[in-house]
Amino acid sequence: MTMLPATTERKLGLVIDLDTCVGCQACVTACKGWNDQGYGAPLSDQNPYGADPSGTFLNRVHSYAVQPADGTAQIINFPRSCLHCDDAPCVTVCPTGASYKRTEDGIVLVNEDACIGCGLCAWACPYGAREMDAQAGVMKKCTLCVDRIYNENLPEEDREPACVRTCPTNARHFGDFADPDSKVSRLSAERGGYALMPDLKTKPVNRYLPPRKKDQRSEASLLAPLLDIKATGFAGWLDKVLGKI
Amino acid sequence: MHPAPSVIVFTVLTGLGFGYLACLGIGVIRPAGWVAFGLWGLGYGLAVGGLLASTLHLGNPQRALLAFTQWRSSWLSREAWLSVACLVALAPVALSDWLGLGLPRGFGVPGAALALATVAATSMIYAQMNSVPRWNHWTTPLLFQAFALAGGAMLAGQGLVATALLAGLAAAQVAAFHFGDRQFAARGHSMATATGLGGIGEVSVFEQPHTGGNYLMREMIHVVGRKHATKLRRIALLLSSLLPAAILLLPGHPAVIAAATLCHLTGAACARWLFFAEAEHVVGLYYGQR
Repeated sequence: MTMLPATTERKLGLVIDLDTCVGCQACVTACKGWNDQGYGAPLSDQNPYGADPSGTFLNRVHSYAVQPADGTAQIINFPRSCLHCDDAPCVTVCPTGASYKRTEDGIVLVNEDACIGCGLCAWACPYGAREMDAQAGVMKKCTLCVDRIYNENLPEEDREPACVRTCPTNARHFGDFADPDSKVSRLSAERGGYALMPDLKTKPVNRYLPPRKKDQRSEASLLAPLLDIKATGFAGWLDKVLGKI
Repeated sequence: MHPAPSVIVFTVLTGLGFGYLACLGIGVIRPAGWVAFGLWGLGYGLAVGGLLASTLHLGNPQRALLAFTQWRSSWLSREAWLSVACLVALAPVALSDWLGLGLPRGFGVPGAALALATVAATSMIYAQMNSVPRWNHWTTPLLFQAFALAGGAMLAGQGLVATALLAGLAAAQVAAFHFGDRQFAARGHSMATATGLGGIGEVSVFEQPHTGGNYLMREMIHVVGRKHATKLRRIALLLSSLLPAAILLLPGHPAVIAAATLCHLTGAACARWLFFAEAEHVVGLYYGQR
């Protein structure tokens, strides 16, 4: 049923650290790799080796240049995926009940057997989190690797989303936002984690950590003391004489 | 937004069809015998044809019946129920007209109300999207309802009433253009607010996340043809409203109605193409494209 649950027992989601993300796209690749072979229809590619390749991905990493009023420009890498919103508009618009939000952990999922591929949920999502798979004709979205996080066949350290597990700079964190003492809740509180487009009233669960303040570039050269050469001896005498002529 | 032909055909034909069925339902015209069969058949044909066209853009149309299950939350599901309810409710009235059963005209009123409710549900599919500011406005339901009423009255040969409703449709379209053009800016969405990085400085795209196209860009970011938008708006207004209104001032011969209807349908398709092509989804902000 595509009515949203009033509350969920847990609120699983991600913290994405925009300060440490280096834009290496490893999370994109790990996500595509894992979701190609496990849960639901595989993420297909169209014309992958041709002139105009295209494919389904559940995670995309943007790069922005941000120019402060004073100081140098910053490059900020910006991963974008499903935010597992509390008031997910993608769920309520679904005519078939394929889209749903789980009461036990808040994960927003698609039951692909009931999805007619109308695309309305992708329209309703302001964040572009959903992509229709061109081969299967069903809507694909981040599952928070629901087939990893509870999977007892995996070693315990692997029971987190593939993107989090693979991130080489620890820019992605996974946990329960309903617990104020969880790692993600504390991290978000300490670093001023923010939600995307809160004015659209979707109440996203995921949080983005803003880049830390950068040091100001010193105007004086670090080499300045070394360049201030005082000539001594004969060269010093010559310097004095030549200066007076 | 991508103006898919199936969705344009769906919204234009169901709008006209249900508007016309509403007119037949309340007995604006009371045909009898085989004329009734033809006229009711035209109404049912437009409405059902439009509904069938909507299934053409589905990824898995074989499961379309599941769309009846989520009427509590989904306008698309409500539209499915209302459309079927309307077609069923009007069937006895249509049969009565055809076979001369003499059913009182009051029986058609609930069906007519359901026809207009169906159009309202269709319009709410678009109007509910706050991710598409242009649609997320009261002019969207007004526009769909104006199309249905004016088209229905025109097809029912209602001369001056139809002319007045077509003039009203023109006004509704101008209002939708006027407010629609201001909606995105009025909501204050920008790349800075979408990324939440505006507090640091001026945000611009350094590098796109992918070099090829994807579903999001094909579906939500439609820029082709917007450069002719102003001309197309004039064509849409002229063909959908002003010209049919003028044609209907001629004596009410079936040929006159047919000419006005063809003209109106062409204009309505053009207007609906613009309705999608000009609508900008906020996800475009992440790509620096609208």
